[in-house]
Amino acid sequence: MAEPMLSVKGLNAWYGESHILHGVDFDVRQGEVVTLLGRNGAGKTTTMKSIMGLVGRRSGSILFEAGETIGLPAYKIARLGIAFCPEERGIFASLDVAENLMLPPAIGEGGMTVETIFELFPNLRERLSSQGTKLSGGEQQMLAIGRILRTGARLLLLDEPTEGLAPVIVQQIGHTIHRLKKEGFTILLVEQNFRFAATVADRHYVMEHGRIVDEIANDALAANMEKLHEYLGV
Amino acid sequence: MHEIFGIPPQALFGQLLLGLINGSFYATLSLGLAIIFGLLNIINFTHGAQYMMGAFVAWMLLNWLGLNYWAALVIAPVLVGAFGVLIERTMLRHLYKLDHLYGLLLTFGLALIIQGVFRNYFGSSGLPYRIPDALRGGTDLGFMFMPNYRGWVIAVSLVVCLVTWFVIEKTKLGAYLRAATENPPLVQAFGINVPRMVTLTYGFGVALAAFSGVLAAPIYQVSPQMGADLIIVVFAVVVIGGMGSIMGAILTGFGLGVIEGLTKVFYPEASATVIFVVMAIVLLVKPAGLFGRVR
Repeated sequence: MAEPMLSVKGLNAWYGESHILHGVDFDVRQGEVVTLLGRNGAGKTTTMKSIMGLVGRRSGSILFEAGETIGLPAYKIARLGIAFCPEERGIFASLDVAENLMLPPAIGEGGMTVETIFELFPNLRERLSSQGTKLSGGEQQMLAIGRILRTGARLLLLDEPTEGLAPVIVQQIGHTIHRLKKEGFTILLVEQNFRFAATVADRHYVMEHGRIVDEIANDALAANMEKLHEYLGV
Repeated sequence: MHEIFGIPPQALFGQLLLGLINGSFYATLSLGLAIIFGLLNIINFTHGAQYMMGAFVAWMLLNWLGLNYWAALVIAPVLVGAFGVLIERTMLRHLYKLDHLYGLLLTFGLALIIQGVFRNYFGSSGLPYRIPDALRGGTDLGFMFMPNYRGWVIAVSLVVCLVTWFVIEKTKLGAYLRAATENPPLVQAFGINVPRMVTLTYGFGVALAAFSGVLAAPIYQVSPQMGADLIIVVFAVVVIGGMGSIMGAILTGFGLGVIEGLTKVFYPEASATVIFVVMAIVLLVKPAGLFGRVR
């Protein structure tokens, strides 16, 4: 099997005095869609932010394409080809939609053209001159995903892209993730909604108390339903 | 000779002009303060001292190196801006995560030190700086006589303010700045070197103050105290306009200069306090300032 694209080993992370991650280990291979499942506070978002370099203190190892990134500042990690779409979406209120969309600088070859992004999310084209935060929640999510597709990043970190959205929008996001996978993007997804996760992912990691406690292949999901219910408390 | 509201037009326009001159300095300085506060979250009390340094550097360039006003207009902001970069790198950088108060105390202390050093070497009586030859004399506008240098100060300040506004509100660089003002970590996660941007922004804000200082040198005495006198009023202007709005800082700066000028005509006794009265009223009615957003 090929070297994983992203390899996290023994990752510890702290917010101030509180120790959030206690040795997280997992891999994401080129072209895969992998989810991190778990309850609120299990450390999923912190894991993502640690990969991106947005957590104050962290230790362990995060290899991206065989290069160590644990000591790098966020802007250097981003330039290696990793893009982050935060849970709160991070649409800038003082920028209009076009400015939001064009904000992340290109960091590599092969980014999606703006035309393709409008094909994925036709709503955005109509709203280009609106203030970013005047968009509906769904449109903001589309904008937040759309703007990181332009940059040429190959690994996308999507933090709860379906949270609080109407079913029809969730479906559209699902289609988008399938399309992105086809185009060769590698995706790490944080989800609470494992029914959604099951429709898009190849593998799932389950997190509890700042550790990975289980790994489940998507085709084994049905067989592990009981266990999963227990993990997620649903 | 006819009168307007019982005031000879010469006096009215004269004070209006003076108001616009003061307004030019208020606008340029509060603009720099607003940009710095927006991105760094630091209330830059050193701003007045940096304005004063601009004037002094112009004086030194002329008297020690024979470099004229036009050279000083470029060199002084660059030198003082570089000094600002040094302050940001060595001191301010450590305060971003702390309360505003720490930044305010540090920059206030720095202002006192810088003013003290200049007073020690140059005294406090003030040094003259000649108006450059090309801007001597005046122009008869028909309704009033306009000294050329004063017209120049108003025009160039207006241009600098509007160009700054344009860059921040309408360009890609400005979009980075606005985005980083809202959410620095995310902008960093897009691959932008935010710490460097913060340093350069502080340097730019400081350079803007120094530029104002050079403009002021031929009008006022070049003295260690010149910034301290002005900066209190400029802070009132910033409070009235509201932190964080670029156009707000510009409009409020010029507007309050004019209000102050008119007060000198109609009720001179209040001219020194009118800005603070306006500040009190604005704070009562709109605590976030005329153009400010509550954050």
